[in-house]
Amino acid sequence: MAKLVTSLNIPAPDDFYETLIRAHEGLSDEDSAAFNARLILVLANHIGDPEVLGEALEAARKPSR
Amino acid sequence: MLQDRYTLAFRLYPYQRSADQDAPAPVRHPVVVGGCGPIGLAMALDLGRQGIPVLVLDDHEGIGMGSRAICFSKRALEIADRYGCGEAMLDKGVVWNVGKVFHDDRQVFEFNLLPEQGHKFPAFINLQQPYFERFLFEQIEAERARGAPIEIRGRNRIDAVEDMGDHVVLTVTTPDGPYTLEAQWLMACDGANSPIRAMLGLDFEGRVFQDSFLIADIKMTSASFPTERWFWFEPWFKSGASTLLHRQPDDVWRVDFQIGWDVDRKEEMKPENIRRRLDAMLGADVEYEIVWSSIYTFQCRRMRRFTHGRVIFAGDSAHQVSPFGARGANSGMQDIDNLGWKLGLVITGQAPEALVDSYNEERVHGADENILNSTRATDFITPKSKTSHIYRNAVLDLAETLPFARSLVNSGRLSVPCTYDGLSLNGPDQLPGGPARSRTGSACPDAPLGESFLLDRLGNGFVILTIDAEAPDSIEEDGIAARRLALTVKEDPTGALAARYLGAARSAVYLIRPDQHVAARWEKYDDAALRAALRKACGKD
Ligand SMILES: Cc1cc2nc3c(=O)[nH]c(=O)nc-3n(C[C@H](O)[C@H](O)[C@H](O)COP(=O)(O)OP(=O)(O)OC[C@H]3O[C@@H](n4cnc5c(N)ncnc54)[C@H](O)[C@@H]3O)c2cc1C
Repeated sequence: MAKLVTSLNIPAPDDFYETLIRAHEGLSDEDSAAFNARLILVLANHIGDPEVLGEALEAARKPSR
Repeated sequence: MLQDRYTLAFRLYPYQRSADQDAPAPVRHPVVVGGCGPIGLAMALDLGRQGIPVLVLDDHEGIGMGSRAICFSKRALEIADRYGCGEAMLDKGVVWNVGKVFHDDRQVFEFNLLPEQGHKFPAFINLQQPYFERFLFEQIEAERARGAPIEIRGRNRIDAVEDMGDHVVLTVTTPDGPYTLEAQWLMACDGANSPIRAMLGLDFEGRVFQDSFLIADIKMTSASFPTERWFWFEPWFKSGASTLLHRQPDDVWRVDFQIGWDVDRKEEMKPENIRRRLDAMLGADVEYEIVWSSIYTFQCRRMRRFTHGRVIFAGDSAHQVSPFGARGANSGMQDIDNLGWKLGLVITGQAPEALVDSYNEERVHGADENILNSTRATDFITPKSKTSHIYRNAVLDLAETLPFARSLVNSGRLSVPCTYDGLSLNGPDQLPGGPARSRTGSACPDAPLGESFLLDRLGNGFVILTIDAEAPDSIEEDGIAARRLALTVKEDPTGALAARYLGAARSAVYLIRPDQHVAARWEKYDDAALRAALRKACGKD
């Protein structure tokens, strides 16, 4: 049973996306990558559920074409 | 001295010498509109239909060639319909619902606007801007035949304005030389580069985007495409960093290529170079004719204030947005919808001048919403940093399989009217269980009423809309009249009226402004409350 939520779950997606991109403003590419890594770790801890995290890792793997 | 800055699609108001040019002293007009684009035309219609004399000056003799705007929104059409020309636009326009988004050589997803039933107008039509303007002009002619005091003077260029406090003095250049005019009110509808704004030394603040777009409107002669909006991010055919294909009337298609900032405009505009991009996209065997082409760049910015004493800015002169989301002309129409009745009441002495300030408050609010949305779309389409680009493409990759990511894909959030939440003219919102979409401050959603539609029945003045509630047939408060429109859910076979105006409530009383925005709402009629709301909506508080 898939536990990962793939339908829209963010109440104001455009607000979120703008905040996300804003957070990277002025960062070097390396600093951005490090920021992303920290962000993922924080979010992963919030989620906690290993099943969900496993499905998320799977979903993020680039679809093979 | 008077050089055309663009070629005309329709020559409609050739220069004619006016008596004002031979008057011994400058003639004063109640309202002069500077600029006869779509917004100036709408302003002339709105005031003229109220019987207020309006003089429009334009430095050309008709409507400019070249399409520019193609997408007109439901609200803009509803406003045009209130002026009498919405149906003609709908008949000529192309209605579309399906959009497809591509990345490189793949379709990422497809959407359907899934129009809600029970509206006179669809979410959008595609119509070349010159047609849109011509329908407004033809309506002016029709109103004039019925006695509406509207005059348009072609080849009358405003070259100087002086604000005298209670009026404005204008210097106007014509083929016969200059003359002077006075205006009690000057409407600056003179476009994004507004010479009037410059003459008054006023600001225009915001962001300039470093990208250019090449538009080609092409007439298909051998093939055709479905009536859908197709948008490519980083298309495989490499004709632009993004590309849009959209249908217009007369078998004409809008193609819009994002071509970068550092381009040699002259080189790019050569027909063979435009064809090179088009052929890569369409395939060499498709035959077409280039109807119009242009390169544009854009800004997202606005004036700090839209009203400056007796000079009022509306449309592109007041605010400019990127074309993504079709908010330019559409929001300008809403400016006029908002201002027309207010200026009318002020000029006829029925409301204090302060009412005009609420135009500034409400439409600045609208402009900010439009600027926010079109800025976000622009940032998504043209990412400004490597990280932003990586995120954008990640969204596109995920959108193929994960529905949530489709909501993040932003090739333009299409224009919907703004709600004047919490602003000064609003009265109470006291309808327990009432739907959010028709709350105080919102533009009335349309609803079918047998053979006609709600917005048709609302018309142009203040209306007390009652649904299964008692109220007097009309009231007058300090010179302002409001008439009742009495409806019942017993004659609402589709249930749309109840869903859009009652929600969980059993009855409702709405006070609706002349621009069809909700001024206040209650469950039952309360004379004192309604009169107070009517005064407030007219700036009398
Ligand atoms: C590529 C492109 C695509 C677009 N697509 C859309 C879309 O799909 N939907 C949408 O809603 N909007 C769209 N827009 C925006 C839309 O074209 C503008 O918002 C609209 O034209 C603004 O109308 P206006 O009357 O304010 O100004 P304008 O159309 O610029 O009219 C100004 C008028 O004032 C006259 N004038 C100027 N100076 C003087 C002077 N000194 N004296 C007398 N007259 C003067 C000009 O000649 C002109 O006639 C698009 C724009 C572009 C560039």
